[in-house]
Amino acid sequence: MADDNKEFEPILVGFFCNWCTSTAADLAGVTRLQYPPNIRPIRTMCSGSVDAVYVLRALLAGADGVFIGGCNPGDCHYVSGNFKARRRIAALKTILETLGLENDRVWLRWISAAEGQKFAVTMREFTEKIRKLGPSPFRRNWSI
Amino acid sequence: MPKNFMLEVKDGDVTGALRGFLKSLLEKGLLDALLTPAAVPSGKNVVQTLVEDIGRIDHVDPLAPVMPVNSAKIVSSLTRTGAPGKKIGVVLRSCELRALNELVKLKQADLTNLVLIGVDCFGTYSVQDYAEAGVSTDAFLKNASGDGDAKIRLACRVCRYPAPLNADLTIGLIGMDLNRELLIGGETPEGERLLEALGIEGNAATAKRDDAVAKLAAAREKEKGEFLKQAAAELGGLPSMLAALSSCVACHNCRVACPICYCRECLLDSPTFTQWEADKYLEWADRKGALRLPADSLLFHLVRLNHMGASCVACGLCEDACPNGIEVFKLFGLGGAKVQQLFDYLPGRSLEDELPLTAFKEKEFKNFEL
Repeated sequence: MADDNKEFEPILVGFFCNWCTSTAADLAGVTRLQYPPNIRPIRTMCSGSVDAVYVLRALLAGADGVFIGGCNPGDCHYVSGNFKARRRIAALKTILETLGLENDRVWLRWISAAEGQKFAVTMREFTEKIRKLGPSPFRRNWSI
Repeated sequence: MPKNFMLEVKDGDVTGALRGFLKSLLEKGLLDALLTPAAVPSGKNVVQTLVEDIGRIDHVDPLAPVMPVNSAKIVSSLTRTGAPGKKIGVVLRSCELRALNELVKLKQADLTNLVLIGVDCFGTYSVQDYAEAGVSTDAFLKNASGDGDAKIRLACRVCRYPAPLNADLTIGLIGMDLNRELLIGGETPEGERLLEALGIEGNAATAKRDDAVAKLAAAREKEKGEFLKQAAAELGGLPSMLAALSSCVACHNCRVACPICYCRECLLDSPTFTQWEADKYLEWADRKGALRLPADSLLFHLVRLNHMGASCVACGLCEDACPNGIEVFKLFGLGGAKVQQLFDYLPGRSLEDELPLTAFKEKEFKNFEL
């Protein structure tokens, strides 16, 4: 069981598109950019393949934040997957907000394969934002 | 072409008059079969029935205030694998018609060779209440004002669409003097053709029903507003959500009753969510100190809301299906309304409106990018 007295370290899950954000993460690595190690990256083939079920599963299982990284509008490897992802995330965040379930723990951002710097900055920003929000209400709730 | 006419009600028998009209469609060969609610012999329920033989028309009770199943599901199961070879008239309420339109868009139903006969609806009882109350359809219709009857299901009391959308023929009851007449309208070229083939001439005045429908819809709109406000207040926040779902046993009956949930195998019943080894459960229990089982009941409801919320027609059958009295409609009525507002989408309004989760625009929803 996790130690409650330890200083809060956000548990973050990232769904990174294979064609952009995953490559940006690699680029950040090979150029030795520093960013917090809190993110657990999951490579997906497209941000459009990230169904709400995966985001919700991560949150309910105790992730403090979920990040979805896709290609810039117009640059999707599959033409329109990122536009569909945006609609899905819009629906998801609307539902979470309606039910008072902290929708600012879900982030959608476009990071291209060339933007290693933006990736590192974003991960810092994301980690710090979630650190400020504190542990997710789902994190320690056994009865969900 | 005739647009509509007043169907005379003899001796105050509304159901009999409508039965006669439907019978004439079969007799003249304009329809080969009829899918319509009919009373089961015990009289305790009224169920959708596929009638081919005119001799069976006497049991037909299309206006009974009960909806055991959203009939869009039944039309889907009749037409999913292809259009029927015969012409079928299908009697549906507004929420059933709207759900059917959504299923057509989801490629789960085919409207070819169907004549959609939409009926005005004052609301329905739960199957249980209907069986206990022993309601006479005619007595109900003549007393119905569309509100004030506490036995009418909540989903119906806050329904803004008492009149059918997108039917070929409309059976108009709202605002009519049902001891004398009801209004039958041809809403599409197909509907008008049928009226013409029946030898109907001329047009009746519809203003009385139109006004009454608008008035009832406005009253319901107000009720719906109150309902949404109350639901948001009651469900807001994790503790309230968990309290609302505390008696959930993850039977998934709400999904079975839902006309929009069409997947042959639900992801949430698949091995991805159900087949874990003991060590995995122990790991989850270890992480949170304990683990509620069956697991993932909140996940189930939230995921379902994400998947079908945009198309939810607010028929409320999810709530009727719950064995433990969870107010499922509160969750889906609220969540569905918000998602539909986001996409400016009214499920069932038109076959032309694209499903929100398959369509997109290049420039939209910037505010959801962080």
